[in-house]
Amino acid sequence: MFTVDLLLSALVAGVLLGGFYAAVSLGLTVAFGQLNIVNIAHPAFVILGSYVAYMCNSRWGLDPILVGLAFTPVFFLIGVGAYRIYYESFERRDDEALRGLAFFFGVMFIIEVGLIMVYGVDFRTVQAPYIGQNFKIGAVGVPTRMLVPFCVSLVMFACVYLYMSRTFNGRAIMAVAQDRLALQLMAADPVRIKQLGFGIGIGTTALAGALLIIIIPIEPSIGRLYIGQVFAIAVLAGLGSIPGTLVAALVLGIAESLVATFFGPSWAPAVAFGILLLALAFRPQGLFGR
Amino acid sequence: MKSFGKKSPWSALKKALATTAAAAGVALGGAAQADDTIKIGFGMALTGGLAGAGKGALIAMEVWRDDVNARGGILGKQVELVYYDDQSNPATVPGIYTKLLDIDEVDFVVSGYGTNLIAPAMPIMMQRGLVFPALFGLAVNEKFNYDNYFQIMPAGPEPMTDWSRGFFEIAMAQDPAPKSIALVSADAEFARNAATGARQTADKLGLEIVYDESYHPKTADFSPIVNAIQARKPDIVFVASYPPDSVGMVKAVNEVGLKTRLFGGGMVGLQFASIMTALGPQLNGIVNYDFWVPEPTLKFEGVEEFLVKYQKAAEGKGVDPIGYYLQPYAYAYLQVLDQAIAATGSMDHAEIGKYMRDAEFDTVVGKVRFAPNGEWAKTRVLQVQYQGIEDNELATFTKQGTRVVLYPAEWVSGELNYPYAQ
Repeated sequence: MFTVDLLLSALVAGVLLGGFYAAVSLGLTVAFGQLNIVNIAHPAFVILGSYVAYMCNSRWGLDPILVGLAFTPVFFLIGVGAYRIYYESFERRDDEALRGLAFFFGVMFIIEVGLIMVYGVDFRTVQAPYIGQNFKIGAVGVPTRMLVPFCVSLVMFACVYLYMSRTFNGRAIMAVAQDRLALQLMAADPVRIKQLGFGIGIGTTALAGALLIIIIPIEPSIGRLYIGQVFAIAVLAGLGSIPGTLVAALVLGIAESLVATFFGPSWAPAVAFGILLLALAFRPQGLFGR
Repeated sequence: MKSFGKKSPWSALKKALATTAAAAGVALGGAAQADDTIKIGFGMALTGGLAGAGKGALIAMEVWRDDVNARGGILGKQVELVYYDDQSNPATVPGIYTKLLDIDEVDFVVSGYGTNLIAPAMPIMMQRGLVFPALFGLAVNEKFNYDNYFQIMPAGPEPMTDWSRGFFEIAMAQDPAPKSIALVSADAEFARNAATGARQTADKLGLEIVYDESYHPKTADFSPIVNAIQARKPDIVFVASYPPDSVGMVKAVNEVGLKTRLFGGGMVGLQFASIMTALGPQLNGIVNYDFWVPEPTLKFEGVEEFLVKYQKAAEGKGVDPIGYYLQPYAYAYLQVLDQAIAATGSMDHAEIGKYMRDAEFDTVVGKVRFAPNGEWAKTRVLQVQYQGIEDNELATFTKQGTRVVLYPAEWVSGELNYPYAQ
């Protein structure tokens, strides 16, 4: 069944969903794409961000997005610490390929089990004025539960993009995995630069986690569902490209929404990953890769 | 120079003897313990996606163990529960049950929570001829046809269709009767079975199926699905979903403003306290399955005493604090085993299995009798409607009248508000 209203609704839903996917994937683009660190624990950090938002929302009624923003520096420091352990234990000894992967698997399980021990296994949600609201533009409904995360995601992307493209440290982060020597010749310490980059990547998960719990209820292991999705977006984007991540996330979101609306939701993940395969076949460097 | 780590042969022998004696002591102690205890083993989802229900079930089972031991045990023996976390992962189940039977040498085994985690244990039970009380599996025995399988979930003798029978009977009793239906289900074992049953019933009733789709469990936004359903204008909508999806679906239905006469059916999670309090008034009008609600028609003997104990035990453990859904049944499937062992005065599985097939059991979920396929002899899948919910407080959902029973007839406690939305 095809109607213009249905098409417009599917496009709007896809764009909003893509914005959310982008927020969740941004940190991985920095860590995996720019720093060449396979942070498999990325979704677990997102879930940690969700639980922080939940805790502050349920105890003090604080807005989850404000909580996410407030905790971004804390998560940044956690990221800096995690990278320092990773560097001293693996990267410095050129052991990062397999052992580094195992390290992040371990971090993922520690976060998951820690959350179970503190919060149990029940589903958690947050309350905010914009959850459950809806407005219409013509015949197309726009749920604020999806619109607010979309807008926050765009702002987060703009901030990270401007930092990466306009500052010396940002450009150094983009360069560090490509040419450490050149970076050293510019008087920048590659380890400190990677530490900064990884901190930024983990810092984004505080806000991404807050956006996640606005959209769906969470429990400690739910991050595992999204591992494939976030890596697919980072790869489709062209490893390391921040605008590419936004575009790739929007492409996947719109594709999933259109397919779910017109062909059936069971095809949605297959089509999304089909796009990834096609992109890799015809443009192996990804949409925005060089 | 001082020598480190070197010991005389005599001291090494003394140490070896001491170690052997200690090991023998443990073994003898174990044997002595085995004589005066009954060990019941199981895997349970304590982590992973099903852990919310699994941990709640475990607390209920521990309440039962404490009750039984306080009254002197079964056949004069104290009961011990031996369990492992199956991580909500079916691949762990065969290993867990093999260990329970061969290493831990448990006397009885019962299932963990859920269809996906019961089915992988079935071949082991069949191979060894063990009695297997099971907790909330839908139509697991359809393919195995195992005579010592006993399912405590009250799906009924034809579980696939009995599961949603009430939803359809309520719909077809309305005037005018619905003519079309949309079916949507998660792409996973339980939801597929529930949707298959609903599809068969819809066909039998001559309902036109205008939408019939499944979705991947990682779906984050359900508004495209709800928009697609809305475009087909079904008279009723049957949903078989898991907890996070149920929340996403209810939110999307409210945001899109789905217009249909009856909505719900097989949504897991809407019975959980955390999800009910999250959704609050958005639940009003939904007709969904349930197994126990605080309505006057369902005050079975012992259920309220059990809930008081459960609620105390569950405090601060991050599980469902009220425990209406699965917990009484987790207590009851052990009551059934308890009564069968006590009545036969035996630990023989064949004898106990025969008794369980023939007898009727008094439990906190009422009287239980099994059909030849191990399901309840008569369905008691309730269909309840959420009514008059005005806030998100937990206390609201412990009150009578917020989930009125509409089906089966003998347990009805209120009237349907119809239609859902026009």
